[in-house]
Amino acid sequence: MGEFTVHRVRFFHYMPSGICAMAFNRRTERLAVARTDGSVELYSRTDHFFQEKVVPGRQQRSIQALCWVGKRLFGAGLSGEIAEFDLDNLRLKFSQDAYGGPIWSIVCNPQGTHLAAGCEDGTVKLFEILEDQIRFERNMGGQKGRIISLAWHSSGTKIAAGMIDMIKVFDLDSGNAVQRLLVERGSRMQQSQECVVWSVLFLSDIIVSGDSAGKVKMWDVNTGTLIKNHQVTEWDVLTLSVSQDETSLFAGTSEGTVVQFQLLDVVLGQEEKEWVRTRTFKNHTHDVIALAEADTVIISGGMDTQLVVRPLLDKLDFKSRDSSLLKILFPQRSLVSCAKKAGLLLFQYPTHLELWRLGDTEGHGPPGCILPVSRNPEKLLHLKIKGEDHVCCSAVAPCGEWIAYSTTSGIRLYRLQRDNKNVSITKVPKLPKVLRHAHQLCFSPDSSHLYGTTSSAVHVVALTSAGCKFEHSLKPKSGSTHPVRLLAVSSDGKFLASANSNSEIHIYNMHKLKAHCTVPVYRSGVSAMGIHPETNNLVIVHADHQIFEFSIEQMQYTDWSRRVQKEGLHHVWLERDTPVINVTFNPQNPNHVILHDSYMFCIIDQSLPLPDRKSQFHNQLTLKSLPEAERLKHSHAFKECKLYQPLLCVDMLENQSLVVVERPLLDITTNLPAPVRQKKFAT
Amino acid sequence: MAALYEATTLCVLNVGPGGSDSGISGIEPSADDDQVVVTDSARSVTVYKVSDKKALGSWTVKQGQTVTCPAIYNPQTSEYVVVTDSKVSADVWRVLSVPDSEPLVLFQRGAVRRLDTLLADPQQPVENVLPEEAVIRWSAVLNVEQQPCLMFLSEQKGETLLLMQRRHPDSAARYRLEGGEAPLSCSALPCDGGVRLFCLYSSGSVYESVVPIRGAGGVVEEVQPLPRTLLLNLPVGEGKLESASAVSLDDAHVALVGVPHPSAGPGKDFLCIWNTNFQTLQAAKEMAGRIYGQLWCSCGKLYVPHGKSLSVIPFKCQKSSLAAAMGKLRQAGSNGTIASAEEVQKKVSAFLSNLKNLHVIQVAAGGLASVLVSRCQEQPGFYPHSALVQLVHSQCLSYSVCPHLLTLALEKKDYALCQFCLQVFPDIPEAVACSCLKAFLSESDGTLDTVSLERDSVAFVEGLIANSTQEGGETQSSMPLDMKCPVGLHKAVLLNEILQVAYSDCFLLLHLKTLSAPQVILFLQYLQFLYGKYSQDLHTQVSALRSPAMTQILDWICLLVDAHFTVLVMAPEARELLSHLHKVVRLQVKVFSELGKIEGCLQALQKAKQSGDVCQYSIEVIELF
Repeated sequence: MGEFTVHRVRFFHYMPSGICAMAFNRRTERLAVARTDGSVELYSRTDHFFQEKVVPGRQQRSIQALCWVGKRLFGAGLSGEIAEFDLDNLRLKFSQDAYGGPIWSIVCNPQGTHLAAGCEDGTVKLFEILEDQIRFERNMGGQKGRIISLAWHSSGTKIAAGMIDMIKVFDLDSGNAVQRLLVERGSRMQQSQECVVWSVLFLSDIIVSGDSAGKVKMWDVNTGTLIKNHQVTEWDVLTLSVSQDETSLFAGTSEGTVVQFQLLDVVLGQEEKEWVRTRTFKNHTHDVIALAEADTVIISGGMDTQLVVRPLLDKLDFKSRDSSLLKILFPQRSLVSCAKKAGLLLFQYPTHLELWRLGDTEGHGPPGCILPVSRNPEKLLHLKIKGEDHVCCSAVAPCGEWIAYSTTSGIRLYRLQRDNKNVSITKVPKLPKVLRHAHQLCFSPDSSHLYGTTSSAVHVVALTSAGCKFEHSLKPKSGSTHPVRLLAVSSDGKFLASANSNSEIHIYNMHKLKAHCTVPVYRSGVSAMGIHPETNNLVIVHADHQIFEFSIEQMQYTDWSRRVQKEGLHHVWLERDTPVINVTFNPQNPNHVILHDSYMFCIIDQSLPLPDRKSQFHNQLTLKSLPEAERLKHSHAFKECKLYQPLLCVDMLENQSLVVVERPLLDITTNLPAPVRQKKFAT
Repeated sequence: MAALYEATTLCVLNVGPGGSDSGISGIEPSADDDQVVVTDSARSVTVYKVSDKKALGSWTVKQGQTVTCPAIYNPQTSEYVVVTDSKVSADVWRVLSVPDSEPLVLFQRGAVRRLDTLLADPQQPVENVLPEEAVIRWSAVLNVEQQPCLMFLSEQKGETLLLMQRRHPDSAARYRLEGGEAPLSCSALPCDGGVRLFCLYSSGSVYESVVPIRGAGGVVEEVQPLPRTLLLNLPVGEGKLESASAVSLDDAHVALVGVPHPSAGPGKDFLCIWNTNFQTLQAAKEMAGRIYGQLWCSCGKLYVPHGKSLSVIPFKCQKSSLAAAMGKLRQAGSNGTIASAEEVQKKVSAFLSNLKNLHVIQVAAGGLASVLVSRCQEQPGFYPHSALVQLVHSQCLSYSVCPHLLTLALEKKDYALCQFCLQVFPDIPEAVACSCLKAFLSESDGTLDTVSLERDSVAFVEGLIANSTQEGGETQSSMPLDMKCPVGLHKAVLLNEILQVAYSDCFLLLHLKTLSAPQVILFLQYLQFLYGKYSQDLHTQVSALRSPAMTQILDWICLLVDAHFTVLVMAPEARELLSHLHKVVRLQVKVFSELGKIEGCLQALQKAKQSGDVCQYSIEVIELF
């Protein structure tokens, strides 16, 4: 197979943000996750929790609560504004001040006609949901005490509001508080500390509350009396979630545990039931701030930034990829762009970009050795973003002379001039107005064009040393409005492929500036794609790990692709839990396709047979031990390498050396805030 | 089933001198079901309302007088009747209340008068029915076929006579009780065409006799024999019963006080209800303090004087059948023919082979074992060894399902069964494991070697011992590790089973303290022997399905030394043992400190490797195949 020189890069200090809110839409099976940097991510439950869309964050934006109303997503936070997210354009649709101070919680009624927001000033504000906006209707309550949590009864006539030291139940007809449930303070030293009701649930006959005294309490709705009190933790119970049939509920705590309660028969076969604490999951090191229950899984997220999807095995019948624990820690898109000719790396941080030049070596050595570095890597540029919006995409041209980035408020294009030691940067003025902001940016291989997408359209901008010029806009014939997730350009610049979040792939002929064809839509999202430099075959990898190869010129799947589909992929490949996020090719060997996910990279040699069901998938060590003559007999197409992980980027430079960008987990965990103190033995 | 409910204290006893007398001479029903008349053996009579535990009224006789028979309530006149200083015109034995009629007065010499006729002419002459040396032991009036029937027992010259008198038609009859000896306590119940008489004897037997009532009147002068049948044969321990009392509650249940509980230790007194049909103990309640052998029953409540109080215990008897779990054995029991051990064995085999469902079998086998065990406890001769072994082997039993089985096996010295129980039961309490250990240690090797134990475990120990004799000669220098097995083969097998029992050390420690010093030293020697064998890796050559693990042996050594450290230090014969153990520990400490050093070195190596790894950038060469 061959030797590769690997640039092992660890100076991309990517840091994920903590999760602060979640909402699961049972109808569309989409999970919305809000992070502390203000970004919102959308995951598809049906597609192995594939990250379909990301609404970029913004400084000072904090989201405390998310709420689905049909297919519309609302969010609110400490800025005191209620905002709707535009999921086609991946930005805010509108935001409206509720005039009640910071908002801690929003919920919508079961009918989907009204939103209620719990505000700092102690009021519950009701808003009517209209076509393109929301309209304030009235206030409820509000003398003092903030409203931390809200829950709407399924009948739609009552709202429970968790406050400081108490829970109030409001009647919607009269607008008055009809019940006041007092929550006692913690028994440990802080009797004087107020008890915050972090979360309430309004089930058909009970109210459930989780509070800062570490208790999950069940209250009778009719009498307002405490029925059951579960001390779950020494610290806070931050969030609660209930299954749709109201037989199972979960509580997330500051200790990082998720505790399950189930409504079980007191005596087998009898009517009487009781909430019993059944299971405790500990998959987090820090506070669990948000929980969502999606039938067969419980999804939790918190300060340790990872999204944990825990299957409830009692609801699954057989072992599959869905029955194993899934931890989503790394973004499912590339934050690194690589200038292959110039050997540059552009790192995308939320508020700045970094451009690095890779180091060099003059040494040679046997496999396994570390070569002496003759020139150290060099940070050429640290580009701070103007404005408050975070970067949503960025790109560096292959020649390394152009850099472009976009936020939701605008695109900026820079020309970079490098002579021996100096780097100068000039902003290119007068970008076409049609390109107000972009979801994806990329440069043509000869660096003569910039392609940017807004929503579903691709705009073509020609670059010259004098400046830039808008050339054309390409729109899919289908009229789909889904945002473009990925772009791929062929190395001859003739074809451009765009994949949107609805798994549709459109191919445009850039010489003729018109649509060329579309690829048949597959049920799973497109996680990565790339166009082969010689054959112009489009290699597409989906979130369910299926691989397709589509010949653009013949407008049909290639023989290799058909063979893969016929023989099926190896189960080890299909059981991986992170999607492939980049596809690249080896310029020296046209048979090589290089793929990578967070925990491995893999070189597929299309000339070799595919691994069959029984063969050993990870066979590198076996092959290494065999004499050279016998290797070919035992080798198969998938050459997987797990030497470097977790991976943020793997790419191949023109000089056939690989670049791997690693982000060690330890570096992320050391940058997290300290978890709550727990008594451990001998401490 | 019968049940005894919560006891309440009715009053405090005025215990006589020496404490042998409860101070109560009788308890009789009063005006309604909730009232009783309690007669003090000294001078006073008190009426209590039972549900309120309150005295309604009390009378005391003059100084110098004594109440000589229990007071009764006469519902005809709503008066209480009591006799002082025995006297009317002759010595009175008892005044007996008769349902719906005038009370009867029974004189000590056997004459009977209606109370009203006696009071009308107190000085009337009274005939002597009994000879002078005869003593009345018991008397009662029952309503038989709507007619009151007076009966009493008299003892004279080593024989006991039952005398019966009826007024309408006027009749009298005498019966001689079988056996001659006077019963400790009697009780009578009416039945079809007669009276059932229950007698408790000092041997612990309860007999039943049916006294026929003939329709025709007339006095039968000659003494007729009265046959009896054995209902219960209760274990009384050593000696005979001294003060005990039995009251029949219905045709199947009898309440007993002063008879030892079959499974409780000595020194504890119980009120028990036995089922006479099935010979089973239905309910028992421990009575604190001394029991005076007195028991009364009135309106569904039992009255027992004990210690310093008089307790009222409500009870309930239901028509009983043995637990359904008994399966086929039930018929055997209720038919009156008690299955022999062999029959039981056959039925148990059939029972086990018939049941397929594991859950059902567990419940049923547990019930069956409990029934068998309780029968073994009642019937000293009955012990179905193979049936019990088979039940244990079915793997359906656990200690908690049948807690008395293991104790029974120990009592019967059935060490084979003990071994199976120890192997199979997952939940043997530490106390029981410890009592097994004590029994094994104190049993002589000779007795144990006759027991047939499970072959595999025997073979294991044989292998160990054989190894020790083979190599004993050559490696004497290697100090404590080589020694002869200090216990016999079978004892070693049993001790191995103890070692493999699950336990919690803080509970076990408590019970281990009850071991005697020789037992501890012997056990420690055996453990040391095992340890020696194990550290020579000899046990790996001896294959066995079950063998104690090295950690189990070490844990037991630690526990034993913990429990008896001071004793061991003081005992001269333990000195050698302790010094050997000390050497072993020192050896271990040395090994561990060496291991610690190795760990440190390895860690340093790992760190050195990691430190080269943390740089931010490197260029490496890899090869893919």
